[in-house]
Amino acid sequence: MSLLAEMNQKALGLGIPLSVHLDVTYRCNERCVHCYLDHDDHGEMTTVEIKDILNQLSDAGVFFLTLSGGEVLMRRDFFEIVEHARRLLFNVKLKTNGVMIREAEARRIRELGVEQVQISVYSHRPEIHDAITKLPGSLKRTIEAIRFLKSQGLKVVIANVLMAGNFFDNTGVMALANELGVSYTLDPTITPKMDGDTSVLALRIPGSDLKQVFRSSELVGNVEEFCAPPPAPDDDIMDGLPCSAGHTACYISPYGDVFPCVQFPLPSGNLRRQKFSDIWQNSPQLKDVRSIRARDLPTCSTCAHVGTCTRCPGLAYMEGNMRGASSADCEKSFQRTGIPSANMLLKAPVVGPLIQIQAAV
Amino acid sequence: MIAEKYIARSSAIAARLIGGEMMIMSAVDSTFFTLNEVATVIWQAADGRTPLADIVVNRICPEFEVDAEQAGRDAEQFVSELSQHGILLVSETPITPEVR
Repeated sequence: MSLLAEMNQKALGLGIPLSVHLDVTYRCNERCVHCYLDHDDHGEMTTVEIKDILNQLSDAGVFFLTLSGGEVLMRRDFFEIVEHARRLLFNVKLKTNGVMIREAEARRIRELGVEQVQISVYSHRPEIHDAITKLPGSLKRTIEAIRFLKSQGLKVVIANVLMAGNFFDNTGVMALANELGVSYTLDPTITPKMDGDTSVLALRIPGSDLKQVFRSSELVGNVEEFCAPPPAPDDDIMDGLPCSAGHTACYISPYGDVFPCVQFPLPSGNLRRQKFSDIWQNSPQLKDVRSIRARDLPTCSTCAHVGTCTRCPGLAYMEGNMRGASSADCEKSFQRTGIPSANMLLKAPVVGPLIQIQAAV
Repeated sequence: MIAEKYIARSSAIAARLIGGEMMIMSAVDSTFFTLNEVATVIWQAADGRTPLADIVVNRICPEFEVDAEQAGRDAEQFVSELSQHGILLVSETPITPEVR
């Protein structure tokens, strides 16, 4: 077990939130077609409020802090927030579109000791990337930002969200990442909007394309291993936790709302009314999330994929039941292995006559 | 006998005390460390102003009931290892916050 895995285990045992994702704003200079956020400012936390929350997170034992948005640099006090976070010795990662990062900003990010900067790139072709962000010239600005950050010696990761509209460009983006000397990560997950609107799900890539992604050794490594049928579940799997959401991680919105994860919009408290430690330790919602084990899942516990599925309880929650299946993950498991999930079989159309009539004897 | 030596925590790190153990990650090369309880006390006392010898005599020996000579040697080794990764700064004179 790695040192980091050991500390994760320790944090889990002690009930310490090792990782927090804090969105400092929902405002953004891009209008990405797949975005799940409302970009209007409904009363973001002030600098003072955010600094106070960072103090509380430090006291609670948070080590990994991801600052994201919206676009983080839309906040004029962004560097003041990062400076405070670094003074508290958080391991800080940033998520940004990079459009507002020039040489001076890149230098400041390096001086502050930021661990990693993740930047969204949707295509290597401006006409595709800019059509997704709806900001003309955004790919050019983003690539320039990556070069500025790299020249400062910072670790940069390109995050490539896959949609029907940019599916064929993932190899181009990967080549761009290689050329720039940065890491590449691909994500085929499109999530419903935070208000429950599911219209953006139409942008998801179809299952057959997903299958193609999972057969790419460049993306998944050993294809045979990655796509192998799932092993039979044992007690360790059935007693296992779905993910770190609510256990060693949580999400905080720009309005101080606390959720188990950025992809799990179950309101669990608000930092304008309660202390973080109170929410983390006593929230009934977080306690409910923590109580879930694989064997408690009504459908998924009977599924062949229970031990290997990437089932997201947040996506399941958005489908109506945090203990239910997440259809997007069912699709992934199916396209990976060719074996339908229990949820898919349950929903499969019944083959047979609609009415059976038995003649009177 | 420990040579006069001052130690200070680098600012290019992330650190948190988790259940009595200090976890530290270098922002320079992402190397990850965990310190045991003794090393954690030295780390926390590394303010750039207190000589390492004083930290050993006044903090380590009474708290962990260890021999001063052995504790001194262990502390020297620990400081040397961490300084090689740039997460602890070492000097023969007090270290001001500006140089961290």
